[in-house]
Amino acid sequence: MNKSALRFVAGNGLLDRRAFLRSGYGLSLAAAIGLTPAGRVLAQGEPPMPTWMTSLGGADTEYGSPSAHERQVLRQRQPSTPKTAGFSIWHSPLQHQRGIITPSGLHYAVHHNGIPAIDPERHQLLLHGLVERPLQFDLERLMRYPMVSRIQFLECAGNTAANAISPTARNADCQELFGEVSGSEWTGVPLSYLLREAGVKAEARWVICEGADGGSHSRSLPLAKLLDDAIIAFYQNGERLRPSQGYPLRLFVPGWEGNVSVKWLHRLEVSDSPAFSKDESGLYTRILSDGDILAFGFPMEVKSVITHPSGLQQLPELKGFYEVSGLAWSGLGRISKVEVSADNGRTWAPAQLHAPVLDKALTRFSIPWQWTGAATTLLSRATDELGNTQPSRSEWRSRYAAHSFNHYNAIQAWRVSSSGEVENVYA
Amino acid sequence: MRSLWLLLALTTSAAAQPVIDFGQPLAAQTIQRYAISVYPDGRNLPPGQGSVIAGGELYASQCAACHSANGKQGPAARLVGSDGFFSLDDPLRILRISEYPLLLLSVGGQWPYATSIFDYIRRAMPHHAPKSLSDDQVYAVSAYILHLNGLLDASAVLDQDSLPKVEMPGRTRLRWAQGAPESAAP
Repeated sequence: MNKSALRFVAGNGLLDRRAFLRSGYGLSLAAAIGLTPAGRVLAQGEPPMPTWMTSLGGADTEYGSPSAHERQVLRQRQPSTPKTAGFSIWHSPLQHQRGIITPSGLHYAVHHNGIPAIDPERHQLLLHGLVERPLQFDLERLMRYPMVSRIQFLECAGNTAANAISPTARNADCQELFGEVSGSEWTGVPLSYLLREAGVKAEARWVICEGADGGSHSRSLPLAKLLDDAIIAFYQNGERLRPSQGYPLRLFVPGWEGNVSVKWLHRLEVSDSPAFSKDESGLYTRILSDGDILAFGFPMEVKSVITHPSGLQQLPELKGFYEVSGLAWSGLGRISKVEVSADNGRTWAPAQLHAPVLDKALTRFSIPWQWTGAATTLLSRATDELGNTQPSRSEWRSRYAAHSFNHYNAIQAWRVSSSGEVENVYA
Repeated sequence: MRSLWLLLALTTSAAAQPVIDFGQPLAAQTIQRYAISVYPDGRNLPPGQGSVIAGGELYASQCAACHSANGKQGPAARLVGSDGFFSLDDPLRILRISEYPLLLLSVGGQWPYATSIFDYIRRAMPHHAPKSLSDDQVYAVSAYILHLNGLLDASAVLDQDSLPKVEMPGRTRLRWAQGAPESAAP
């Protein structure tokens, strides 16, 4: 098999997404495109065997930690949040992760009032308002209800806001631009069990959901969604929630902007109308192109980003084989298709979607790429099972006022220079 | 025949569903202590009152350090004026916005209901000492912020009757997203 037998499926070196999945084809493809074993010819014989192969290993610990060689893989605090205490935004290092599960300690977080130090023995969940029986629950009782587990994403309404409002593309990495999205397995009790036990009255339409943090973070949510698929989550990725994610319990509202998945959940007030809390009045609204203010637009729209390669990375070789890989998600359903372009949108090829492809979950995609070495721009465009697809940046911006930054989901462009530098650009 | 089938189905499903009722009765006084949500029509506003004058003094000592003396310059969220990138009376606005994007948004310019100001100050402000202000003080600071926005006279006093009547400019710009149940809205 020679190089001319490579099956290009779109411009500038994109290869058939199944190239490496066919039995026996992967190796011959590797040979065809010139991949060689990394072995190095030594000038003067073999070096000594590594010491870790000739000594007894170290002791393990009660709670595992990442390798010391991975200590640069950390969340990063967004520098532009006010320096006043308590309001902070922490971005997940997407460019260092693979798969669809974000390690709990690397999950993105936005705190409006700091992290409360809650004593789980004293924490209560109150349920009142338009119900037949106002109820309260302590943790011990709550955790005796039947639980469900789902792998789902959580994304802040303001993720990628810099690309929405900055007049020039900010030269930043994937973490800074896209790091307010993460994926986890969330386990807890369907909220419908508690609402039905309390007996929701006929005129109820909304539920005001409030946390036990110092600022009593509060959002009004439609009752129908909470009855449909919201849970009170106690576990993330198999262990109890981290304090940063709402210990001892949080609301989890699948597919909707992260701000409504109220952490440290304390109180549910069933109501006929929304309360117009601070966030639903201002910070989490969108300003439309005609100046109107859109409130209660909850679902996070279909979106994708190439994580490998991505912003501020340096490609180690200036041509040759790379796997383009990234994440796609939609708050309205499953991802049905991700297309990748290696020629700034002139031609597109379908990427491989890696199982599992789940409802309202991060979906990993990849496509093999034989880079010619010429400067180019990589794009990804996701479509969900309802047929929603990502707009271009100019299409997205035409819908909103110049200063509106929430729910930005336009097609992302990474420029790859001929010297192998990857940079955020506006396509 | 149809009713017999229904009866059968109901019986079957009732037999399959254990009753789980671990919730404990919630006392009215507990609800009263914690239910702090205020609605646009003024529901759940407490008794008490506060003046723009008293609010000005409180604002200077409790709020100005983060929201600036005029409520426009941050670093914390913009309380006064229109929303957007530019403002004629603030030549440094562009620089400030690049450091503090929250200054793009304005409470006075965007929020549709004045009751939300009371609700948020009472539950969350000042940021370093939430719930430390009395209801009278919360009315006073709310009045001062509305005054800074030109929505209340310097001599005004707010209480549970007058606060919901303040007309916010953002009210006419409010649009409900598709799917949000609007029927019961004020």
